[in-house]
Amino acid sequence: MSADEREDVESFRQRARTWIRANLRALEPGEDIEPNLKPTNLTQEEELAVVTHERQLQRQLFDAGFAGLCFPTRYGGQGLTPDHQRAFNAEIGGYEYPARIQAPTFSPCASVLLEFGTEEQKLAHIPAILKGEEIWMQLLSEPSSGSDVAAALTSAVQEGDEWVLNGSKIWTTGAWWSDWGICLARTNWDVPKHRGLSVFILPIHQPGVAVHRIEMLNGLKEFCQEFLTDVRVPDSDRIGEVDAGWTVGTRWMFHERMLYNSPFITVSPGKTQGGGGVSMVDVAREAGRLDDSYVRDLVGEARMLELVGKALQRRVGEGIMTGKMVDQSAALGRLFAGASITRIATIAFDIAGATGAAWTGDEGAPADCGTTFLMRQASSIGGGTTEMARNVISERVLKMPREPSLDRDRAFRDVPRAGSTRS
Amino acid sequence: MLLQLTSDQENFRETTARFLTGRVPIEQVRRLRDDPAGFDPEFWRQGAELGWTSLLVSEENGGGTISDSGLVDLTVLAHEFGVRAAPGPLVPTNVVAAALSGVGGPAHAAVLASVLAGETTASWAYGEAAPHDRLGDVQLEVRVEGGEVVLNGVKRPVESAAQAARLLVTGRAPEGLTQVLVPTDAPGVSVEPMRTVDLTRRFGVVRFDDVRLPLDAVVGEVGGAADQVERQLQLAIVIMNAEAIGAMQAAFEMTVQWSFDRYSFGRPLASYQELKHRFADMLSWLEASHAINDRAAAAVEARSPDAEELVSVAKAFIGTYGAELAQDCVQIHGGIGLTYEHDLHLFLRRVTVDRALYGTPAEHRQRITTVAEHLKETA
Repeated sequence: MSADEREDVESFRQRARTWIRANLRALEPGEDIEPNLKPTNLTQEEELAVVTHERQLQRQLFDAGFAGLCFPTRYGGQGLTPDHQRAFNAEIGGYEYPARIQAPTFSPCASVLLEFGTEEQKLAHIPAILKGEEIWMQLLSEPSSGSDVAAALTSAVQEGDEWVLNGSKIWTTGAWWSDWGICLARTNWDVPKHRGLSVFILPIHQPGVAVHRIEMLNGLKEFCQEFLTDVRVPDSDRIGEVDAGWTVGTRWMFHERMLYNSPFITVSPGKTQGGGGVSMVDVAREAGRLDDSYVRDLVGEARMLELVGKALQRRVGEGIMTGKMVDQSAALGRLFAGASITRIATIAFDIAGATGAAWTGDEGAPADCGTTFLMRQASSIGGGTTEMARNVISERVLKMPREPSLDRDRAFRDVPRAGSTRS
Repeated sequence: MLLQLTSDQENFRETTARFLTGRVPIEQVRRLRDDPAGFDPEFWRQGAELGWTSLLVSEENGGGTISDSGLVDLTVLAHEFGVRAAPGPLVPTNVVAAALSGVGGPAHAAVLASVLAGETTASWAYGEAAPHDRLGDVQLEVRVEGGEVVLNGVKRPVESAAQAARLLVTGRAPEGLTQVLVPTDAPGVSVEPMRTVDLTRRFGVVRFDDVRLPLDAVVGEVGGAADQVERQLQLAIVIMNAEAIGAMQAAFEMTVQWSFDRYSFGRPLASYQELKHRFADMLSWLEASHAINDRAAAAVEARSPDAEELVSVAKAFIGTYGAELAQDCVQIHGGIGLTYEHDLHLFLRRVTVDRALYGTPAEHRQRITTVAEHLKETA
């Protein structure tokens, strides 16, 4: 769509506002629909009902012309700009929307499809995603390699027009209620690790894929591990060239680092960071400490980190979009988010006082702060650790020397691994 | 500073950058250490010709902007000052010019014209002496007696107080906050020079002992200055932040270069993961500082409801992390970073002074809470 034909941002904003107010449910005071790392009290059936409801919300958005604002129209999107998405985000605040299925479905999964998929693949999946019919997840990390993603051991062996996949993937959010996965697998063991990978897409619910829900220390069971046994994937479901999976993977992780700054993601402006979705003012007030000057200092610090983080994401997003910053600068936003969310979790716990450690059933906002504190490091681990982000920034943005590595120039099958005696 | 400048802004930036590089290279900044004024009046007058004093002044009053936002233009300018630790009363002069242009009226038109031309240095007398030195505490007494306005009290630190011909004094009348434009040679005004950590900035304690001026010395309405004072605070902070970010940028780039050049144990410092990771943290603080101050500048320019919060967020963040960044640059330099001979301290000085002026990070964090609390109540 040319710039001339495109609806201007302000008239789009008005149209979106009118539609949202007429069609979406306003949230109750204190109601939080953003995905967080807290366990729910819902049964499996109730959780599935929530997912079904989100699919319906997504369909509603699609039918009204508000789904996939930055996706091309030929795939069912609206062909608009990041400014339109930002305006839409501002308007969705305070209303129900399909918050849980934004990431990783729209980004990085749909972003990667859009960038590397064949025309057939895009036509088959992107409209379905935009209609809420397909929820996607990432089969990326493995039990044997967290940060070292390119050391994937899941193998894909070609048999005629098919590939046979075997291995295990982990940390897949909501895999048990998702439909499709995008999977990084090893197709060549005789070349260095980055040059022997390929990317495939596959349905989750099929014989050969066993999904196991992992219980986190706070009782959360949204993260999963999958065991792939002789899973057959047609060659037409390969994304990118054989053995060129790292080209796809690099962009895949770029989209992941863009976090909520991705133009493909709808996110409410009220999304609060780090306190597990609670406002520090509420924690302080309910803890009876809002009048303490040291508590007011902490509340201000939390709010500061939240607003600075948002501003940074936006600057980095614009910098990358306009070519003023290299793509790897996305790691700046990732690093800042990790560091600030962990800090905010500590702040919340300190404001809550002893109630954060031991509470009764009716103590509201301060009660959860201890559990959130236990899970504090999640924000500095998930989506690539902050240590990896620091490597990326120093080596790729500041061009400092790379860390010495023992695996870069040798066939992957000869690279030392835990339990192997080769060196 | 914005990632994308308009071509006019880029020309403006370039012109000032070239002028500053020519007129106040680092050696000159070092020489000004012993200069009582800290800057050459002729340098300032020429700067005014380049537009340094006009950006917050309306066109009717002889001012003008480069883009559609004079404040954003001014942040571009302040950044160039920060990168060079350049001298000159950039913040106080522009704050006073903005106030006179906004609410000064015809009575102060002549002073405004002279400030615009760079011939008169003007400064804002806002902060007070302990125990009234907390952000926002104003006790200087202003009262109206017949056709006169009378001032009693102490202001400190007042930037360029001894160089300024006029001070915009914020005081409290029985009716509320009131501002008065005071000639520094008026009877009852005395200026005591202060020492400071910066090489070229000068500060003074200004005492007002029964200073009597005609009533038209009042700027705006008697008792009606609260909004204008808040506005001045926001402008001062945004400009000062932009300058601090320039200093952060210079310190950071200097230290990155050092890390490539300096070898220890047969390796450049830049090859140590411990240091690489700290550079990554520093770059995230630096870009975050640019990002939040640009957001604050846009909000103040637009007089949007979140301006107060964003300004305090920017000040609290840049105050804290600007100083942390500069100190970590010293650490990575090692002993040489603590010497007078090395240039690093010029930038460390800037971010240090800027951190403490117009409210400490802690004061601004508490102000953010007050705003957030208010938002909660009105939500």
